[in-house]
Amino acid sequence: MLALRSIAAPVQRQCWRAAPRVAVSFSIQNQRQYSSQDRVAKFNGQKDAQGRYTVSLIEGDGIGPEIAVAVKDIFAAAKTPITWEPINVDPILKDGKTAIPDAAIESIRKNKIALKGPLATPIGKGHVSLNLTLRRTFNLFANLRPCRSVAGYKTPYDNVDTVLIRENTEGEYSGIEHVVVDGVVQSIKLITREASERVLRFAFQHARAIGRKKVRVVHKATIMKMSDGLFLNVGKQVAKEFPDIEFDAELLDNTCLKMTTDPVPYNDKVLVMPNLYGDILSDMCAGLIGGLGLTPSGNIGDECSIFEAVHGSAPDIAGKGLANPTALLLSSMMMLRHMGLNEYADRIEKAAFATLAEGKALTGDLGGKAKTHEFAAAIIEKL
Amino acid sequence: MLSRNSTRAAQRLLRAAAQPQQRLNLARGFASVSDAPAQTVQSDIFKPTKYGGKYTVTLIPGDGIGAEVADSVKTIFKADNVPITWEQIEVSGLDDASPTGRTEEKFQEAVASLRRNKLGLKGILHTPISRSGHQSFNVAMRQELDIYASISLVKNIPGLKTRHENIDLCIIRENTEGEYSGLEHQSVPGVVESLKIITRAKSERIAKFAFSFALANNRKKVTCIHKANIMKLADGLFRGTFHRVAKDFPQLECNDMIVDNASMQCVGRPQQFDVMVMPNLYGGILSNIAAALVGGPGVVPGCNMGRDVAVFEPGCRHVGLDIKGKDQANPTALLLSGTMLLRHLGLDDHANRISNAVYDVIARGQVRTPDMGGQATNQEFTRAILESMEKAL
Repeated sequence: MLALRSIAAPVQRQCWRAAPRVAVSFSIQNQRQYSSQDRVAKFNGQKDAQGRYTVSLIEGDGIGPEIAVAVKDIFAAAKTPITWEPINVDPILKDGKTAIPDAAIESIRKNKIALKGPLATPIGKGHVSLNLTLRRTFNLFANLRPCRSVAGYKTPYDNVDTVLIRENTEGEYSGIEHVVVDGVVQSIKLITREASERVLRFAFQHARAIGRKKVRVVHKATIMKMSDGLFLNVGKQVAKEFPDIEFDAELLDNTCLKMTTDPVPYNDKVLVMPNLYGDILSDMCAGLIGGLGLTPSGNIGDECSIFEAVHGSAPDIAGKGLANPTALLLSSMMMLRHMGLNEYADRIEKAAFATLAEGKALTGDLGGKAKTHEFAAAIIEKL
Repeated sequence: MLSRNSTRAAQRLLRAAAQPQQRLNLARGFASVSDAPAQTVQSDIFKPTKYGGKYTVTLIPGDGIGAEVADSVKTIFKADNVPITWEQIEVSGLDDASPTGRTEEKFQEAVASLRRNKLGLKGILHTPISRSGHQSFNVAMRQELDIYASISLVKNIPGLKTRHENIDLCIIRENTEGEYSGLEHQSVPGVVESLKIITRAKSERIAKFAFSFALANNRKKVTCIHKANIMKLADGLFRGTFHRVAKDFPQLECNDMIVDNASMQCVGRPQQFDVMVMPNLYGGILSNIAAALVGGPGVVPGCNMGRDVAVFEPGCRHVGLDIKGKDQANPTALLLSGTMLLRHLGLDDHANRISNAVYDVIARGQVRTPDMGGQATNQEFTRAILESMEKAL
């Protein structure tokens, strides 16, 4: 096996060097290779006759509809060129498996972009969460999780501004598990060169896009020498295509320790890591700035991308107008930037952060008394 | 077999817990001054060797800052006339040609010594990243000796100000299976599988240990950390076993939490946690997060317990190669691990004197190592502890 690879690798490299054109066509046939020029997960949506983009909107459960209204109002006030297309993703059973209604899939396929509120995952045996189903259906391979301190909300940590990218399709969450004998379970962590390369390349491109100069891989290759070792090595290879970006690696233990001690040194870096580490660390970063109610999230795929609020659906306060729409709003900013509508995103973001910093119209979870619509109105006023 | 033995161990611990005078004074006591001298596990769990009135304890300084901090432990223990003879073994995980470099023989010698003495104090061994590199000696040692329970005691040290206050939690981590099984293979080039193994026997053993530990140390709540919503079988087994064991301990509160939520809660509201029990990898993550909350790896003691052997080592496992030889290391973690060892042996007077001196020096704040915000060297810090011990006499 080893010998085979050592033969195959130089041949491939020669191809790249000798005939770049051939290599490009090769990359179309063989999805494993990306040309370094191509942008991974580029937005390909089309404007309609009025120059507006259509975005699929999954309002979600619980507080979802309320916060979606707030976002829609703010977008309308900012005159963003976006038409919403509400879709329903209530799960259906197809051949005994949970699936999303075809109409919803079609809508997202057509628009190539979606904004999603929180979905309640019913706890039951064997039920795959809808979030996971969406991720698998559209092969959303990267989860982008920036965390930025919110001026109006005090936590023990100031000036946090981290960006984490998490591999979203394999790793520890591959879902491959089996009972060997009664009482002995094997769970398989799967790492492939293809998926690693894709997410790492996205990380470098994203670093460029947001003007960060450093990309850092977080790994545990001391213990998992082959799997995390592969991820790390692919990182080193991809780094060669991005000479303008500094690349380094850090052991998971050190990242946990240093980030919790002082997250500020991470403000100039993009961190990229396999699934489980990304899951844990991105939630930990959210903890640094005050919880999931303040953090946006984007699931990026080649075909389409879904931006979402990762907090729960909070059925206890649903319909009371108490919900905080910040996470969904910040996610929608990420969405606008992904679509290249940066000026709208900047304007709305400025207004939102100013409103939060002012602290006059905060919702209950941030220690204020304002209703969801009052918070939205305050932002609109700033626009 | 396994479960019967751990039941017996648990029952012994339970008995000890039932009599307040005799409770295992492992964790809570490591900070407190007023605790009545408690009887220990000495006669209970296993009998370390004692020759000529002295215990023989294996000392593995480890790589990085290991040699420096081990020296200060030896100096301080000697100054207090602790009846311990060290059997020092220079194992190293560093791959170099020098005579102090890594050899398999040294590792085997260390394992044999630990088997014989049943007690050890250990620094951290370096593990290389490269694929051709050897397996982690730290992990191999834990598996070889079956020291299955790792305990990290995370507690605010009086006077050492950090971002959070009133933290007093304890992380119990399964040490011998899970993600650190070391089973990996490449199915085809570019596709690697890494196996995480969870067994009922070992889950039950660690859950029982956690509950017994909580009882013995007057703790109120045990939280199981898992990711059973995704790894339904593996972590599901761990969680299920935990809840089954919990039924035998109705006097303790128990709950479970998903690992990503736990990390978030840990940096936001760490005061809610008491004893936490989890599989291997999550333990590594959470012990680092928690250590950072109270002042870093230099102040968190810990130990690895098995049925026959107990190895005391810093609770947050960092080699510290970057500050090696600079005399900047903080010996607090190893010193407090050392006092845990003393309490394990029933040498509570020694343990109290030493830990009080350590806390006294840190609280006064004049002599602190750089990681605690001071400028003192390791040697100066050690000397300050010696002076404080003298004054207390």
